[in-house]
This record gives sequence, C-alpha cells and structure tokens, in this order.
Amino acid sequence: MSNFKIIRDGELVDDDWTLVPTDGDVPATGKIIVPLKLWLSARLLPSDSLNALTARQAPVGVWLDGSDDVSVFADSIATIPLIAINFPKFTDGRGYSAATLLRSRYSFKGELRAIGDVLRDQLFYLQRVGFNAFAVRADKDIADALNALKDFSETYQASTIDPIPLFRRRTALFAEV
Amino acid sequence: MYKYDAIDQKIVDERVAQFRGQTERFLAGQLSEEEFRPLRLQNGLYVQKHAPMLRVAIPYGQLSSKQVRMLAHIARKYDRGYGHFTTRQNIQYNWPELKNVPDILADLATVEMHAIQTSGNCIRNTTSDQFAGVAHDELIDPRPYAELIRQWSTFHPEFAYLPRKFKIAINGATEDRAGTLFHDIGIHTVKDDSGEVAFRILVGGGLGRTPILGHVIHESLPKQHLFTYLDAILRVYNRFGRRDNMYKARIKILVKELGLEKFRAEVEAEWAHLKDGPSTLTQAEIDRVAEHFVDPAYESLPAVDADFEHHLLESKAFARWVERNVFGHKKSGYAAVTLSLKKTGVAPGDATDTQLDAVADLADTFSFGEIRVSHEQNLILADVKKHDLFAVWQRAKNLGFATPNIGLLTDIISCPGGDFCSLANAKSIPIAEAIQRRFDDLDYLFDIGDLAINISGCMNACGHHHVGHIGILGVDKHGAEFYQVTIGGNQGFNGKNDAALGKVIGPSFAQDEMADVVEKLIKTYVSLRHQDELFLDTAKRVGLDPFKASVYDRNVDKDAAKNAAKPSGHAEAEVANV
Ligand code: SF4
Repeated sequence: MSNFKIIRDGELVDDDWTLVPTDGDVPATGKIIVPLKLWLSARLLPSDSLNALTARQAPVGVWLDGSDDVSVFADSIATIPLIAINFPKFTDGRGYSAATLLRSRYSFKGELRAIGDVLRDQLFYLQRVGFNAFAVRADKDIADALNALKDFSETYQASTIDPIPLFRRRTALFAEV
Repeated sequence: MYKYDAIDQKIVDERVAQFRGQTERFLAGQLSEEEFRPLRLQNGLYVQKHAPMLRVAIPYGQLSSKQVRMLAHIARKYDRGYGHFTTRQNIQYNWPELKNVPDILADLATVEMHAIQTSGNCIRNTTSDQFAGVAHDELIDPRPYAELIRQWSTFHPEFAYLPRKFKIAINGATEDRAGTLFHDIGIHTVKDDSGEVAFRILVGGGLGRTPILGHVIHESLPKQHLFTYLDAILRVYNRFGRRDNMYKARIKILVKELGLEKFRAEVEAEWAHLKDGPSTLTQAEIDRVAEHFVDPAYESLPAVDADFEHHLLESKAFARWVERNVFGHKKSGYAAVTLSLKKTGVAPGDATDTQLDAVADLADTFSFGEIRVSHEQNLILADVKKHDLFAVWQRAKNLGFATPNIGLLTDIISCPGGDFCSLANAKSIPIAEAIQRRFDDLDYLFDIGDLAINISGCMNACGHHHVGHIGILGVDKHGAEFYQVTIGGNQGFNGKNDAALGKVIGPSFAQDEMADVVEKLIKTYVSLRHQDELFLDTAKRVGLDPFKASVYDRNVDKDAAKNAAKPSGHAEAEVANV
C-alpha cells in the first residue's frame, strides 16, 4: 500500500491501489491496477486454471492509454472496479473521448482515474467527461490542483457529469433566481 | 446581436479569473513554459517576434459600438494605438505585455467579449458571412446557428486537446462569403424539402500546406441534430486524427486517408448513439437565440432616394465608392457599407484607436450601433439608409476609410507576415504596399475589376493565398525572402461551386520584383480578355502559359523551374494562423 495521495470524488485521499507498470511484477496481495494487455490475457484463460489475476481476493483494476479501444470492456464492464486512463502527455486529448465512451456508451460505474501527465489545469475538463479520480503528477501540488475542480460554476454543453445541456436547464435556472 | 444573460457573463468572468491564476502561477515559476503554452494559446496569446500577441474573438464578426470602443481603449491603454483585423474576423494586438493580459481580458469581459479558443488545438471562433441577416441573396440567417455553435464549442470538455486546430464556418446566402469550402467543417444553412431549416455539412477542407476543398458529408441535416452531429464528427477526429505529425494532424488528412465514405460511416456509427439524445436542439433554444437577431427598427423607405441619386450623378468619386463599397440590402431603401481597411500605406486590416472610436460613432449615427468584420479584413456598417450614404462617405473619407476598392486589386488580403510573425519565411505587408503603390490609377483599377490578391508569409496560409485570383506565398530560398505566385484560385461558391485552388506559375521571385510581376500578369489579362471578362475567367479560359510567358524570360530552362524554392515550413507548433 502506498501513501501516495490522489483526488477522489473531490477529496484528497490516500491511494489504496498499486499501479502495475507495463511488464511490471504483480504484487501478491492488495488492490492492483494492471495494464490492459495483462488484463486481457488473464481474461482469456479458463478461470479454473492457475490464473494469478482471477484467483486474487483483492480487486483488480485495469489501466490503458487514451488511444486504446475501450470497446474491449463492453461485456465485462460491470465487474471492473476501477479503470485508469493514462495521459502520456497532457496535450493528448484521446483520453477525454475514451472516458466519455466508458461512462456514456458502456455505462461504467466504477472509479475512473486519470493517470500520467495529469495537471491542475486540465482537471476541470477531465472531471466533466467522467473522471472521478486524479493521480496528479507527483512533482505538482495536489492540494492546489483540487481548486481547479471548481473553476467554472456553469457550463454550456452536455457531458458525463451534466448530461443535460445548459439550454435545456436555462429557463429553470432563471426561475430559481 | 446576441446579448449575454447572467450565465453567459458568469462563464466569461470565471474564465478571466482562471486565466489570471494561470498567468500568476506561470510568472511565479509554478507552471513551466510547456505547461502554460496550451493554456495561453487557448486564450489567444502567442509569443511573437516583438512581444506576446493577443487575439481577441469577434464571434462570427459581429460587434456593437460599445465593443468597438473597448477595442479602441485596449489599443490605447495596452498596445501601441492600433489593432489588426484578421482573415478569421478576429482582432489581434501586437504589443501587449503578458502581465497585463488578465486585465485586458477583464476589460473585454465588461463588454461581453473574450479571447476564448482563438488559438490552440481546439474548436476556434466560428466565422460567417459579414452580410448575414441583411444580404439580398440570403436564404436563411446563419447567425443564430453561429451563436449556438459558439456556445456548444465554448469549453467543450471532450474537444479541448484535439490533434490540431479546428475551424468552422457557416454561410446562409447564395454566394459563399464565409469560405466554407476551406474550413475543417463548413456549414450551409438551407431549406429541406418540407421547407424546414437544415444544414449542408462539409468536412475536411483547409488551406495550409495541403490545400483541399471540403466534401459534403451530409446534404441536409435537420436542424435539431446540429450538436449531436458535430459531436460525432469531432469525436471521430479526436480519436483517430493523427497526432504523430503536426503537418498531418488536421481533419482533412484523416478524411483523405480514410476516404470520404469510410469517414462518413465512422461518423454515422458514432452519431447513431448520440442522435435524439439530450444534446438534441430544442425549438425553444433556437427561438431564444434567434430573438437576438431580429431585424432592427427599419423604416419603410422607397427603393429610390432622390438625394442619393442626385449625389451619384454629381460626384464621380462618390459613385465609384458606391459601386465598390456599397452592398445590396434585403430591405428597401437600405444598404450595407464596407469601410475599407486597405488604404495604400497602411498594413491591410490595421485600424487605429481613433479610427475605431470613429467607426463606433458612425455606427451609432447611421447603422443601429452595430459593426461587422469581414474575413477580407474590412469593417461593415450593415444597415445604412441610402439617404445617408453620402454623409457616411464624406465622414469615412475624412477618416481614411473610404478607399473605393472593395473587391479590387488593392483590397489585398494579407497576413502579418515577417514584420510580426515568428513563423514567416518572408514579409507580406511591404509586398502588399508595393503592389498598391504600383496600381495607383483608379481608372485602371476599375477597368480591371474584381481581382483578389492574397498574400501569406509562409505555408500556414493565414493570408489564404491558395484562393487568391493571384496568390502570393513567401518562401525561403537559400535564406533569402522569395515569393511564389499562383493563379486561378477562388474562394467563391456562388451557388455553382466554382471554388478553386490556384496553380503555381513557376519559380519564385525576389521581393523587389513582385510589383513588376503583378503588373505583367495584369497586362497579360488586359490584352487577352474578352469583353467584360474578369481576370479569373480569362485565366480559366487561356490557362497558365500566356501568364508564364509574360513573367519568365523564355530562355529560362527547365532546371530553373526544378530549382524553384520548395516552400519550407518551420518545425514549430505555434502557428499564428489567424
Ligand atoms: S504563420 Fe500565418 S501569419 Fe505567420 S507568416 Fe505564416 S501565413 Fe503569415
């Protein structure tokens, strides 16, 4: 268990998951996030065979790059507790579409975590497309990053966290005032 | 025009606060240059040759007099007393200081303006016809839809980090005055078979180093599906557009590599999931926005105004100005006036703070307090009574705005080029000026008639040189500034889809040859034209050869052509595309 902090559901918490890097060793115990390739290969093995992943007691999450095809989760999405999307560079926007698809098309309900080059100034958009957890890059002040989640109090278009666009809410908003 | 409500205003105010924080963190060293770069770009802030350059959004080219006065104030207070209107209907300031930019944005926010997404790899300011809502040839006013697209695209969370910049243009008239064929997405507002508003959607057009005209991806999209269809296109592009090579990252390359049919199939598959979802536009929202674009309080006037007719006969200069700078209005007794920002000796598209204030006054007096910007870098008073045209002309003349050259050879479209832009291969402004000086005979200019010269300082094509009837492109030839010339480009759609990309005539020329070259090309046209034939038509009919013969010594051997400078770009992502 690491004492690394992440943001989850708007709060700073200790990270209770271990991220297994590509070709890294899988720890014997604890909650782990494995690379997509490993997750896929484990899934292909019959469950009664000696399968290190499926035999584990602790939950197994999976991480992938924004460029990976998220449709591979279509039939098993309900069984996955955590999906992490890696941003190799913060300017690579594919992870935003991957997250949107996971939440809207495949109805993923578990923790959706942004990992990699995750910085304060992208958190607001990341949150809108459906990420609820952020492993902010280690050299950055994560407490400061938390502030970005409140950068805007209103937004125009529909997104994962506000599925109803502003134009369908506008009249009601003014009625309240 | 569109007026913000409390929510629109809050969003822009919160953006100012956000950018202020980002700038402070950058200046305090908490954000690296690399981390700050996309943030400042998405606020229109470049680092240029002399100072940062700030590009302020003018959504689909519409301004109120109050906003124009604010633009003048900013030019005076934070810059050197002028601004530059761009080929995408925005305005740029060349000399602001980084630390002042949050204050500039705060000032802009007080008049419902901003610099949101005027640069960077995101959805840019949507452009439109400068005569939208008043044009005599309009089918459907595109402005409500342009505003809807502005709101949909503002801070769209999924599409803020696209492979490359993304430009949308929308046009609602017979003539395409928005260049929809060379945008990432071009939209025509049309009527479907049942008389309902619908959109013809084009995709994958663009200039730059790979100029391509857009393809029709949807012939008649019912209006309620606008957002979901755009979302589908953008999602396909965001997921599959190339990110390994910035020169191949625009959507036009994806469309080209997949082929239109395959690309359309991807979009349709994506759209099937989004169609009829919550982002489907409601008639109530269309009506809410359209209400901002109802006609001003026009008077009912006769089509003929005796005073106006009188001045036309009396003053040849006025008649000439009317011929070129006055555009037909849908409303009897009214006209749209273009104030030329193409006076010889002034950089195309530049306006001083004094001029801006004066334009605001003109608009208040004569045109319901509204001003538009054209992508040809001129300003428009859209609703002037014919009766007032003479007075407007006289005032415009005193202000240096009445050059009667709209659509003529001296109405040159030019990017800022090497004088300001750090990506330039060559200067643009001095070329424009040399050509304007050479053609100083108004009779000759009128005799030549419609002729578009477009100048870009490099392959990024901010001056849209590919669609100039004569296009001029700055190239680097052994470290010296040279210019490649194209002929036959055309931005027009004119209801008959005659948009075209210009063809290169041969090896490039030195800066001091350019005025001669243009003069020779024009002489060739004049000698070959049939009666009433425009340059473009003659060029189409006779082909390149006579033009080539006029500018190249016949002895130039084929090697010279081979040695022609290859347009070279810069391996720099921060393209100052306007
Ligand atoms: S980047 Fe654009 S503005 Fe700069 S020189 Fe090239 S074409 Fe002109």
